[in-house]
Amino acid sequence: MTPPIDKGPAGGTPAGPAGHDAIPVAAGPVPIKAIPVRHYGRWISAVIVLAVVGLIGLAFSDAKVNWDVTFDYLDDDLILKGAWNTVKITVLSMLLGLALGTLAAVMRVSRNPVMQTVSWFYIWFFRGTPVYVQLVIWYNLALIFPNFNVGFYEEPMVTFMTPFLAALLGLGINQGAYMAEIIRAGIQSVDEGQTEASHALGMSRAKTMQRVVLPQAMRVIIPPTGNQFIDLLKTSSLVSAVQYSELFFNQGVRSQDSLATAELLFTASIWYLALTTVFSIGQYYLERHYAKGSQRSLPATPFQRVRQLVFSLRRSEVPRS
Amino acid sequence: MKSSQPMVLAESVHKSFGLVEVLKGIDLQVLPQEVFCLVGPSGSGKSTFLRCINHLEKINAGRLWVDGHLVGYRQKGDKLYELKDSEVALQRRDIGMVFQRFNLFPHMTAIGNVMEAPMQVRKESKAVAYERAKRLLDRVGLADKINAYPSQLSGGQQQRVAIARALAMEPKLMLFDEPTSALDPELVGEVLDVMRGLAEDGMTMIVVTHEMGFAREVGDALVFMDGGVVVESGHPRDVLTNPQHDRTKAFLSKVL
Repeated sequence: MTPPIDKGPAGGTPAGPAGHDAIPVAAGPVPIKAIPVRHYGRWISAVIVLAVVGLIGLAFSDAKVNWDVTFDYLDDDLILKGAWNTVKITVLSMLLGLALGTLAAVMRVSRNPVMQTVSWFYIWFFRGTPVYVQLVIWYNLALIFPNFNVGFYEEPMVTFMTPFLAALLGLGINQGAYMAEIIRAGIQSVDEGQTEASHALGMSRAKTMQRVVLPQAMRVIIPPTGNQFIDLLKTSSLVSAVQYSELFFNQGVRSQDSLATAELLFTASIWYLALTTVFSIGQYYLERHYAKGSQRSLPATPFQRVRQLVFSLRRSEVPRS
Repeated sequence: MKSSQPMVLAESVHKSFGLVEVLKGIDLQVLPQEVFCLVGPSGSGKSTFLRCINHLEKINAGRLWVDGHLVGYRQKGDKLYELKDSEVALQRRDIGMVFQRFNLFPHMTAIGNVMEAPMQVRKESKAVAYERAKRLLDRVGLADKINAYPSQLSGGQQQRVAIARALAMEPKLMLFDEPTSALDPELVGEVLDVMRGLAEDGMTMIVVTHEMGFAREVGDALVFMDGGVVVESGHPRDVLTNPQHDRTKAFLSKVL
């Protein structure tokens, strides 16, 4: 019963209702030409930021850092070896952490009270004590257990617990406790109806977890996991405390040789930044992969975006010519 | 030739959530190849009863049989033994369920949804599962959508995929929990059409629904539930056109 909305004149005869300041209706809708809102805040903040950057630059221009030395050491053998070991210990610890974390999370949400309790204590202990302390305890395990003995294999703990093993156990087991909480949150974020639908089809609890719940939980799990990974990459510098020759440890060795302490700290920082940047890019693509099905179309990759931009620029030039 | 054994037999089924008793003694039977409609106001326990049939909810008292097998328990002498998870899963294979909110697996395509249970539960080969899934999706009118993800489908299309998914396990009984309640009115028809086709093919179906037209047209039996009990039952035509109880009359006057 509402009158049909006047969609403008049909056939090109202006028929604006009387009394209106009729905007002349041309062939099509008139594009709006309005004065944009002025963003004074942006200009002021830009000036402040430039000033601060300038001051920092000024300070560093007079700083006692020999940048040539910093860059010279970037491809130093020992530094390269350290960077590689940092990547190695980070990736391996993360894998151990992921395995332990998934196990602990599944145990935590299981209906078995024994499993729930074990998982709770694991998370409670390893999240409740500093990773640095844990690393040193692993390294000094020989003080508590002089011999590593599992029945079929025996070795003095001092030789068994290498810096690498201490670093792996210390970082990995600690990481597992954090991952358990992240994965548990992911599992619990999946709609109850998914489990019910899977059970109604006759799928077992294990299959339901593996095929239905975990793949969907991934979307919630991956962003904080990427965060944990980046964090772990930097935390791995702590394993210099157990004599594992990763980036920070080797940087210290070179620093003592050359006495270029500040320069080498910057060398290490550049490497850490480069590594975290590379892994952040990897995280982006991983998140994109697991967004499958949750969005109607996947967001474009940066590469695709650049291509689209170039393409649209080229296209917009055409009608103007 | 209908066998004399009922597909579903309920004797004094009780179910409580904490202190709230939702089912207060349900007795009914569903015959093979019957389309059995459960109607009633929300909170009357009809969905809960449906979920008891495939043991998504455990009953607190009474007995419930599907195709002659006790649901969720094994009886030896006068003792009841709880079934293991794997045994419950085995019982559920033969009972398809369609949910109000579809509950499709969003990370799988339409055909992936339909192939999942046959491949994971019955260990069917991919080729066999694919062929059947394609046939089923064709049957529900979605032959051109097999590679679409649920988020790319309308509600009606999603529900039809969900029906195909349930049918892929070749169930002998299908449970429908308000299958059209979450749909836009214009999409209800396409889902009811698929269900009508199933009924014509002789599928035993228990349908919780507010679609009285569907119940009257397709249903063989109808039960009106309220407050956790069966108030009235009979042939849908009789109950819907000539209700005997005041509660039924009051309810029908609002929904018809």
